[in-house]
Amino acid sequence: MLDTASKKFVLYHFWVAFAAFGLASVLGFYQVLERSGLLPLIESSRVYFASVSTHGVLMAFVLTTFFIMGFGYATACNALRMPLWNPRLAWVGFWLAVAGTLLAAVPLLSGKASVLYTFYPPIQAHTLFYIGATLLVVGSWVWCFIMIRMYLDWKKQHPGATVPLPMYATTANAILWLWASLGVALEVLFQLIPWALGWVDTVDPGLARTLFSWTLHPIVYFWLIPAYIALYSRVPQAAGGRLFSDELARVAFVMLLVLSLPIGFHHLYMDPEQGSGFKLAHAVGTFLVALPTLLTGFTVTASLEMAGRTRGGVGLMGWIGALPWRNPVVLAALLSLLMLIAGGFGGIVNASYAMNTMVHNTAWVPGHFHLIFAGTTVILYMAIAYDLWPGLTGRQLHSTSAPLLQLWTWFIGIIVLTSPWHVLGLLGQPRRISSVTYNSLLTLAWTPYELAMIVGGAIMLASALLFLHILAKSQKKGVMAPASTLDQTDSAESGAPVHSLLNGFKVWNLVILVLMLANYGYPILQFFLTRTYGSVAFGY
Amino acid sequence: MHIHTLERNWLWVAGSVVALLLGTIVYTAIAHNIHPPGQMETIDSASLHLGGEFAEDQLGVRVGADGQIRVTLVAARYGFFPRNIELPSGTPITFRIASADVLHGIHAPMTNLGTMIVPGYVSTVTTLFPKPGEYPLLCNEYCGLGHDHMWSKLTVVDPQNWHPDR
Ligand code: HEM
Ligand SMILES: [Cu+2]
Ligand SMILES: [Cu+2]
Repeated sequence: MLDTASKKFVLYHFWVAFAAFGLASVLGFYQVLERSGLLPLIESSRVYFASVSTHGVLMAFVLTTFFIMGFGYATACNALRMPLWNPRLAWVGFWLAVAGTLLAAVPLLSGKASVLYTFYPPIQAHTLFYIGATLLVVGSWVWCFIMIRMYLDWKKQHPGATVPLPMYATTANAILWLWASLGVALEVLFQLIPWALGWVDTVDPGLARTLFSWTLHPIVYFWLIPAYIALYSRVPQAAGGRLFSDELARVAFVMLLVLSLPIGFHHLYMDPEQGSGFKLAHAVGTFLVALPTLLTGFTVTASLEMAGRTRGGVGLMGWIGALPWRNPVVLAALLSLLMLIAGGFGGIVNASYAMNTMVHNTAWVPGHFHLIFAGTTVILYMAIAYDLWPGLTGRQLHSTSAPLLQLWTWFIGIIVLTSPWHVLGLLGQPRRISSVTYNSLLTLAWTPYELAMIVGGAIMLASALLFLHILAKSQKKGVMAPASTLDQTDSAESGAPVHSLLNGFKVWNLVILVLMLANYGYPILQFFLTRTYGSVAFGY
Repeated sequence: MHIHTLERNWLWVAGSVVALLLGTIVYTAIAHNIHPPGQMETIDSASLHLGGEFAEDQLGVRVGADGQIRVTLVAARYGFFPRNIELPSGTPITFRIASADVLHGIHAPMTNLGTMIVPGYVSTVTTLFPKPGEYPLLCNEYCGLGHDHMWSKLTVVDPQNWHPDR
């Protein structure tokens, strides 16, 4: 159960996350405007790349990490009906992450870390940027530790009982993140920081990219799992039904945990430093990790169908109309699923070993991940915020229609932004450019799509600001919520017994260890077996 | 573990779709040898100019003793050198590319030519251009504030009209 102090603690996390989101959305809109070339006055690659670096870091690292930590604390307390374990340590984790964010913000905003959120060497950023990023990750490790600790304590107090699904999934995410962040931690601690401080002269960019790929795929599941938790544990009830299958949900989370880790080479398909054999092995894993998502799509749709039929929907499609579309959680889930279907097709293209060549590093890629990350994932973050807000603040949302308008406009904005972005990629536009200078007729075809993106970006920015407005106004001025509606302890009480494999993680950690050794062992070792040549630092 | 019949059916469908996609990829990779670029070959990016394959006078298009056309390029901020190359259509061509400074990527829109270029490693990729025409060679990995300006030109001509420089 969330006591008053923990509610405040969770709100702190959410406000850091959403403040970062608001600032980054403004930058996002500036970026679509700048890159279109419509306003020659604001053309500046120096400002543009400082902005994209900041936007990427804020969206991908700050919004996500703080949101996930806050949501995780709330989920643990609510689902386990336990107080927060060691609040003092939890606050230390929070402030570490805040300090890291602020440290990194200084060089980012002053153009001293325009290395993009992937910070690939040998382009070098200011040391503070790497140190700030490290502190942010260390803060998130504190969260992982507390989640695992609360899960273990609960199991000890309830021998043989089934861990409630939301907490099982949250623990899976904490374990996933510990495994995932190890790759980038090795890169930053052993390569980038010693190099930025001048203790070593060179780094090996091939090794750095390999280590970064270790983190780069599972991190997207770290972002996505909270959204899936909402789909499984909030959406069915909100729609007036129940979850179709608790057991298969657990299977899905275990598969996400195990399979998303050893497959990062799909980010290196086009790289010279890794061989075809390992790339193909990672490609196989990449397709297997589609299974838990296909499973989730099925279970959530089936749960929604049951709800729709209970509410009187008939016929093959009638249940869809019978769903409570005016409930923000249900609406967000439906829109999220639509974007997931579209984004899933794009993902198959990216994952396809050889076909990837056609889209690699083109505008298709940011188009794809804005659809699936800013779309599918973030729209559920928004719904979770609306869902938790009364419980956290003690006040009802100040309006019932404003959240619906906000979710719809976010969806429409995403579609208008990302559809032309995908087309630009197919027309050959590279990603991460601030202007079009290629002396080629081909680029004439790009212009209308770039202009359409401005419209999408404007709609999204308006929607993002509306989102912040709704949260702030509700917290300050909303009507006091009746006490009965504030109990957010999960109605899905620890359910029917499940197989112990689906109630714990020991075996799965071993499986991950074996798979990681198989898929990353030699590819990392090879850099120490061959004579490789490091790179000195370059500016930008 | 109890699985509903509907779930079981769906698992079969999902499994089959994934198996079909994977089967296609593994089959084409092995039977037709279709792979993205990838075999680790190291090089000292800091001393490309001092001699060897990537020295300035060695760059460009050449025809090997075996008749295979080979293009050697250096990627450096901000261009692919030499800046203009001419190649015949419909002929397999092997590109060998190394970076003299930071990360770059290369692709020619509407073709299958593409690879990352990582300092310290040589990128090798073989492809063919079905249609004559002018293609920009674009850098597709952020390489600094001039990244937008990093491009070179590829002209693809009919094999009859193509004359190797050397
Ligand atoms: C207001 C809406 C938004 C707009 C208009 C927008 C626009 C952009 C643009 C133009 C770029 C540069 C991409 C490139 O040239 O390759 C970019 C990068 C990025 N965006 Fe957004 N974005 C928005 C919201 C979001 C959201 C909600 C997320 C995720 C939560 C996100 C995540 C990212 C990331 C991670 C990058 C860095 C990509 C890179 O470094 O290549 N964006 N965005
Ligand atoms: Cu990935
Ligand atoms: Cu570049």
